[in-house]
Amino acid sequence: MTFIYPVDSNKAHPLPLSPDYKSSIKRAPNKPLIPMRHTLSELTGPVYGHETVREGDNDLTTQHAGEPIGERIIVHGHVRDEDGRGVPNSLIEIWQANSCGRYVHVRDQHPAPLDPNFTGAGRTVSDASGYYRFVTIKPGAYPWGNHHNAWRPAHIHLSVFGYSFVTRLVTQMYFPNDPLFPFDPIFNSVPDEKARARMVSSFDLENTKPEWALCYRFDIVLRGKNATPMENH
Amino acid sequence: MQESVKPNGITPSQTVGPFFKYGLTPNGEYAWNDAFTNSTLTPDVTGDRIRIEGRVFDGDGVAVPDCMLEIWQADAQGRFADPQDKRALPNASFRGFARCGTDKDGNYAFETIKPGAVPDPDGKPQAPHILLAVFGRGMLRHLYTRIYFSDEAGNAADPVLALVPGDRRATLTAVREAGKPVYRLDLRLQGDDETVFFEM
Repeated sequence: MTFIYPVDSNKAHPLPLSPDYKSSIKRAPNKPLIPMRHTLSELTGPVYGHETVREGDNDLTTQHAGEPIGERIIVHGHVRDEDGRGVPNSLIEIWQANSCGRYVHVRDQHPAPLDPNFTGAGRTVSDASGYYRFVTIKPGAYPWGNHHNAWRPAHIHLSVFGYSFVTRLVTQMYFPNDPLFPFDPIFNSVPDEKARARMVSSFDLENTKPEWALCYRFDIVLRGKNATPMENH
Repeated sequence: MQESVKPNGITPSQTVGPFFKYGLTPNGEYAWNDAFTNSTLTPDVTGDRIRIEGRVFDGDGVAVPDCMLEIWQADAQGRFADPQDKRALPNASFRGFARCGTDKDGNYAFETIKPGAVPDPDGKPQAPHILLAVFGRGMLRHLYTRIYFSDEAGNAADPVLALVPGDRRATLTAVREAGKPVYRLDLRLQGDDETVFFEM
């Protein structure tokens, strides 16, 4: 199948400059982006198979001697294209804070405890239908210095590749009904309310594992539509 | 079935944030392994081995210590390691992708090979180039740019460079150091000499 990547789909993304998010002020280009046609360079992209991912890399709760503290959760869903088809064999990398809202990163100064049994990094590859699954700990909210009393809603960072270099996506998955949503300039940098809703996972009782872990569903939609030639219509 | 519902749009981008290093570019400093390095080189790769290095600066000219850069490129014959490129692949294990974080002074470096010419959609050759995606704290979506090479005569006829005003093309051109297979290109996210970024 040949894919096209309409530039209009990019309207779902935040604009580079979002002044409420202070760090964007000196890092957003002042000049307009230059439009260009997609060439073979843009239409192709890195292909990574299962050799990039080791057994167990999708379970963030089993990487150390003991179990991490916090609420064990399952996060699963499908990687899809804009027509709704599953995107197979796509590398998905995640990283996140621990249950107390503390990142293992050396520069995180939030005075919440680190967990010796939790690094907070994982990866997997979507299967033939685009399905992926992680087991992890629900991350905590944490303060950040953007403005007075600024707190990030709990989130998991995701990095996804897809079919081409133009489908590359880094995003954040949020949890349903977070009271911090109205106050978060990063979440609200996405201008369209419906598009913001696509960053929020849904609680999945059907796949919640009794006596073990709550489940959240998060479908990831990448750019890409079927380029069916007009004469076939 | 939920699976058959056509999506109402794509998933929006969010910033990679300041703390991606332990997940995406741990480089031996965290209890996690690197899926990627800053090198595309494989033992069987053919072509001229080169290093591309530079620094990343913000709108105040301050070095950006928490950027992540990714490159995607053709091999020395101008072919991509992707089944969507239907032409033969002479470099069997070459993948054409690499990832690098900037250091405290904003430095980055890639070890790779000089790519060959790739055709544009009309079949016209493009000058050798590498795609570059720039991620960082403060960047709500990554930015796309291209790396061209100062010692390529084909730059003058390149159809993408032709879209760029003449006085800005230098921001896309890595400059070869005399006598060494090293090219230098600084990235400026904002300001006078701002790097050209593409809408794609």
